[in-house]
Amino acid sequence: MKLALKPGLLLVEVLAAGLFLLFLSPFFLVLINSAKTAFEVTNTPMSWPDNWGNLATNSVSIWTNTTIQYQSSFFSSFLITVLSLGALNLLSSQAAWALVRTKTKTSSFIFFMFVAAMVIPFQIVMFPLLSWFRAITVFTGLDLLRSYQGIVLAYLGFGVSLSIFMFHGFIKSIPLELEEAATIDGCRKHETFFRIIFPILKPIHATVLVLNGIWIWNDYLLPLLVLGKGNDIQTIPVAVSNFAGTFVKQWDLILTAILLAMIPVVVFFLFAQRFIVRGMVAGSIK
Amino acid sequence: MNKKKENNAVFWVFVTPVVFAFLLVVIVPFFLGVWYSFTTWTSSARAGAGTQFVGLTNYFKSFQDVAFSFSFLITFGYTLVNMVAINFVAFGLALLVTSKIKGRNLYRVGFFLPNLIGGLILGYIWQFIFNNAIPALGHTVPGLEGLAKPENLILATNTGALMALVIVGTWQYAGYIMMIYIAAIESVPMELHEAAQIDGAGPWSRMMKITVPMAAQAFTVTMFLTLVQSFKQFDVNVSLTAGGPSTMFVGKPILGTELIALNIYNTAFVSNNLAQGQARAVIFFVVLALVALIQVYLNKKKELEL
Repeated sequence: MKLALKPGLLLVEVLAAGLFLLFLSPFFLVLINSAKTAFEVTNTPMSWPDNWGNLATNSVSIWTNTTIQYQSSFFSSFLITVLSLGALNLLSSQAAWALVRTKTKTSSFIFFMFVAAMVIPFQIVMFPLLSWFRAITVFTGLDLLRSYQGIVLAYLGFGVSLSIFMFHGFIKSIPLELEEAATIDGCRKHETFFRIIFPILKPIHATVLVLNGIWIWNDYLLPLLVLGKGNDIQTIPVAVSNFAGTFVKQWDLILTAILLAMIPVVVFFLFAQRFIVRGMVAGSIK
Repeated sequence: MNKKKENNAVFWVFVTPVVFAFLLVVIVPFFLGVWYSFTTWTSSARAGAGTQFVGLTNYFKSFQDVAFSFSFLITFGYTLVNMVAINFVAFGLALLVTSKIKGRNLYRVGFFLPNLIGGLILGYIWQFIFNNAIPALGHTVPGLEGLAKPENLILATNTGALMALVIVGTWQYAGYIMMIYIAAIESVPMELHEAAQIDGAGPWSRMMKITVPMAAQAFTVTMFLTLVQSFKQFDVNVSLTAGGPSTMFVGKPILGTELIALNIYNTAFVSNNLAQGQARAVIFFVVLALVALIQVYLNKKKELEL
C-alpha cells in the first residue's frame, strides 16, 4: 500500500513511533524504578534514577530473598517447562501419527475425544483434580501434589489436546508413499516414525513448542493449585505473587523482582524472535 | 498377519501414554467435578468419601448469591468491551506495520512483547502505574493536579478499575492478535490493490472493500480467541485489582471487579465452599461453550456474506 503524499507517510511514521514508545513505557518504568530506593519510588516514580547502583543493590536483595527464592524458583520453572515440553512434543507427535495412520473406529474415537475436550476450561477441572491427585497419592504412595512429576503430568494432560490436534493436521499432509517406501526397504513400523516422520515434523514441533512454552512458563493458576505458595517447588509467577503479597507496597523490591522475572523471557525472545512469532501465528490459525 | 499384529502393538504403545495422562488429568476430574457439584463435597473429604447428594442445591444457592450474578454481569461487559478494544487496536496496529514505514519489524516486536510476559506480572506493573506513577504525574506536571487526588485514582472506583482491566487486557493481547491480522493482510494479493488504485479507489475504500473482506476468516479466529481469553481472565484480575474495590449491588456489599473466574476461585478457597465453587465452574463451562458457539456461528455467517 503506497501512500501518495509524503507528509502523510511522515505522520504515520510519527504515530507508529509514538505508539511503540507507549507500548514499551510500562517496561521502561519497571527498569528505572528498579534502580531507586524505596523512598524515591514512592515520591518520584516518573523521574530518572539518581544512582544506577541501586539496581545492583535491589537485585542482590531479590536474588537472596528467602520469600521469592529467585534461584530455586527459576530452576523449578525451567525444569517444569523443559520436562513438560519434552513430554508433550514427543508423546503427542507419536500419538498423532498413530492416530492418522491407523484407520479404525477406536482411533477416530480417541482423536474425537481429544478435540472435543478442547472446550473444557481449566476451572471446571481444577478442584476435583486436587482431591483426585491426593487420592492417588494415598493409594499408590506417588506424590503428585507439590512435586515435579505431578505438575508435569498435569501439563501433559492439559496440553495434549491442542498438541495432538496440531500434529494431526500436519501429518495428514505428509504423503503416505514415503512410509510405504520405507516399509519396502525393511523399516519396522516404529522405526518409520522415528527415522522418517519425526525429522519431517520440525516446523510443527517448533510451533507446538512455542505455544506450549509461553503458556507453561507464564501459567499462574495451575502451579498455584498443584504446587502451592511458598513451598519448596514454586514457579516464577507463583513466587512473584507470593513475594508481592508479603512485601505489600514495597515497590522498589516488587519491581526489581518483576524485572528479574522478565529478563530471561525477553532475552530468549530476542534470540528466537522470528521462530516465536511464526509459531504463534501458525498456532492460532489452525 | 504378523504385520498387522505389529502395527496394532505400535498403535497402542504410541497412543497409551497420552490417553492415560489425559484420562487422569482431564476426563476423570471433569466427570468427578460434575458429580461433586450436586453434592456436599468438601476439601477434607478424600475423593468424595462421605459426601451426600443434594441435587441442585449448589446451583440454586449460586444464583441466589448476588456477588455471583454481579460477576457474570461484569464479565459479560468486560468481555464485550475487551473484545472490541483488542480487535480495534490490533487491526490498527496491523495496518500500521504493514504500511511502508521504516522500522516496521521493530514495531511488530515491540507491540508483541507484552504477550510474552504472564498476566500476573503485567497486572502488578499496571497496579504500580495506576496507583503510583500516574498520581506522581499529577504532583509534578502543572495542569494535571487532578490526577494526584486520591479520589481520582483509577483503581479506586468500580468503573475505573474495570476500565483498567480493559486497558491492561488490550495491552497484553493486542500484539498477538495483530500478528494474526498481519498474516491476513499480507496474504491479500497486491494486484487487487493496484487494480483498485487504477480505478481510483482511495486508501480508505481499498481497506473497507478489499482488506477487510479478504481478512474475514481471520476475524472469526481473532473474535473467538479474544472472547475466550477475556471470559477466562484470571491472572490480571488477581494482581491488578484482586476483585476490589467494594461496591453495592442490589443493596448488598460485594467486590466490584471480581470476574467470574476469580469468583469461582474465591468461593472455593476464601469462602471455603468447594461444592458451590464447583457448581459455579460447571455453569461457567456451559455459558462459555454456548457463547463461543454462537460467536463462531455468527462470524461464519458474516464471513459468507462478505
